[in-house]
Amino acid sequence: MLDLLRLLSFGPDGWGDEILAGALMTIELALASLPAGIAIGLAVALAKDSPFFLLRAAGNLFTTVFRGLPELLTLFIVYYGGQMLLTRLAGYVVEGATIEVNQFVAGVVALSLVLGAFSSEVLLAAIRAVPRGQKEAASALGLSKFRIFRFVTFPQLWRVALPGLSNNWMVLLKDTSLVSVIAITDLMRQTAIAVGVTKQPFFFYLVACLIYLVFSGLSSVVFTRLEARASRGFKRMGGH
Amino acid sequence: MQAFLDLVGAGFLSLMGFIGLNSELMGRYGLRFLDGVWVTLQLVILSVGLGALLAWPLAIARIEGGKLLAGASFGYSYFFRGTPLLAQTFLIYYGAGQFREALTEVGLWWFFRDAFNCAVLTFTLNTAAYQSEILRGAIQSLPVGQMEGAQALGLTRVLAYRKVIVPQAFAIGLRPLGNELILMIKSSAIASVITVYDLMGVTRLAFSRSYDMEVYLWAAALYLIMVEIVRRVWDVLERRLNRHLLVSR
Repeated sequence: MLDLLRLLSFGPDGWGDEILAGALMTIELALASLPAGIAIGLAVALAKDSPFFLLRAAGNLFTTVFRGLPELLTLFIVYYGGQMLLTRLAGYVVEGATIEVNQFVAGVVALSLVLGAFSSEVLLAAIRAVPRGQKEAASALGLSKFRIFRFVTFPQLWRVALPGLSNNWMVLLKDTSLVSVIAITDLMRQTAIAVGVTKQPFFFYLVACLIYLVFSGLSSVVFTRLEARASRGFKRMGGH
Repeated sequence: MQAFLDLVGAGFLSLMGFIGLNSELMGRYGLRFLDGVWVTLQLVILSVGLGALLAWPLAIARIEGGKLLAGASFGYSYFFRGTPLLAQTFLIYYGAGQFREALTEVGLWWFFRDAFNCAVLTFTLNTAAYQSEILRGAIQSLPVGQMEGAQALGLTRVLAYRKVIVPQAFAIGLRPLGNELILMIKSSAIASVITVYDLMGVTRLAFSRSYDMEVYLWAAALYLIMVEIVRRVWDVLERRLNRHLLVSR
């Protein structure tokens, strides 16, 4: 048992520092995908709520595709497909040029596409939860469409959307583990390297699982506080 | 029969070539892709079915069990819902390899030696956790009067569950259970990472040999078709099982 714990020590004999670096990379991936994913989700939600048929259809198609595909497949399509597409584009400018897509960027793009598809549904529901009368009143006060969204709808979205978005964040956090397949040195990848050297798969994968559990535990604490803050103007069911 | 199938295959390939796909490549790998779809279906059906068997006791333990049982059920679903499926798969597949001798001794090594079995086991444990949460929510959303009424009629608690609570909870949980089935179809792609040749595994193999991006598009189309079929079937199922709740249209 003590031998196993020694494997987790920091420094040249232990894998503690490597695994910690991987855990940080996991957090970076998730935090980098979050704003991009929410931005995509908001744009797609607005498209699905728009009066124009083509925009609505495009929004629905985006959601169907990226919610229906396995995350692993999305990742491969973005990584290999992006590489080939960019190389072809570069070929037009400079003969025979090749472009390497950075794995981190490919991972973030794939994760934010998936997060965008899922959060667009949450945000659409939140947009529709704002009573129509408020928009009509704002319009009667002479606010432009953009200002109605910016000052009336948008600030109220978060209260309704936060529980759904917190679910999406938890899913995102776990999906980051998939990027280890395209050789990003995240928590999963570093663990696999440690396993390859020490031949202790059960112990190290268990440690990795526990680290993911800590992350989701911490996230739920943060989201509980955010939700309390977002709904501070409202009485809750069963509250007082 | 064979001649007929060949004709259908050739017709399909020329149609695919006509809409601009690589029909030569599809001729070489097409049947393998169908095999991959079959493996994916086996993975999903086995694990979701077995997971459902495990989910009911977990959900009921959470509600009826004492502190110990309810706590154990909570811990189980907290672990399996809070960690990535990829990590769980590695934990079981590679972890079992570490305990090879002990497993051989108890006569279980033949099971863990096969990556497919490990994938089914992991997915079963994982989906059981998610399904048990769905069922628990469904059971708890029933009015408490249902149980009281059943007991007032002289039904034992077990019988009340079987005749009154479970059927209603199942109807309420049907839609989220369908979502879980769709999630499982998507997650089953993870099996390809531990050398199972499911649809994703076949796709990766075909890509590594041909370097043609098109194979990923075939896989995407096949996955979307599977998900769409489940969605449609579930709409019909839901309308049938919950037809007493529907407002007449």
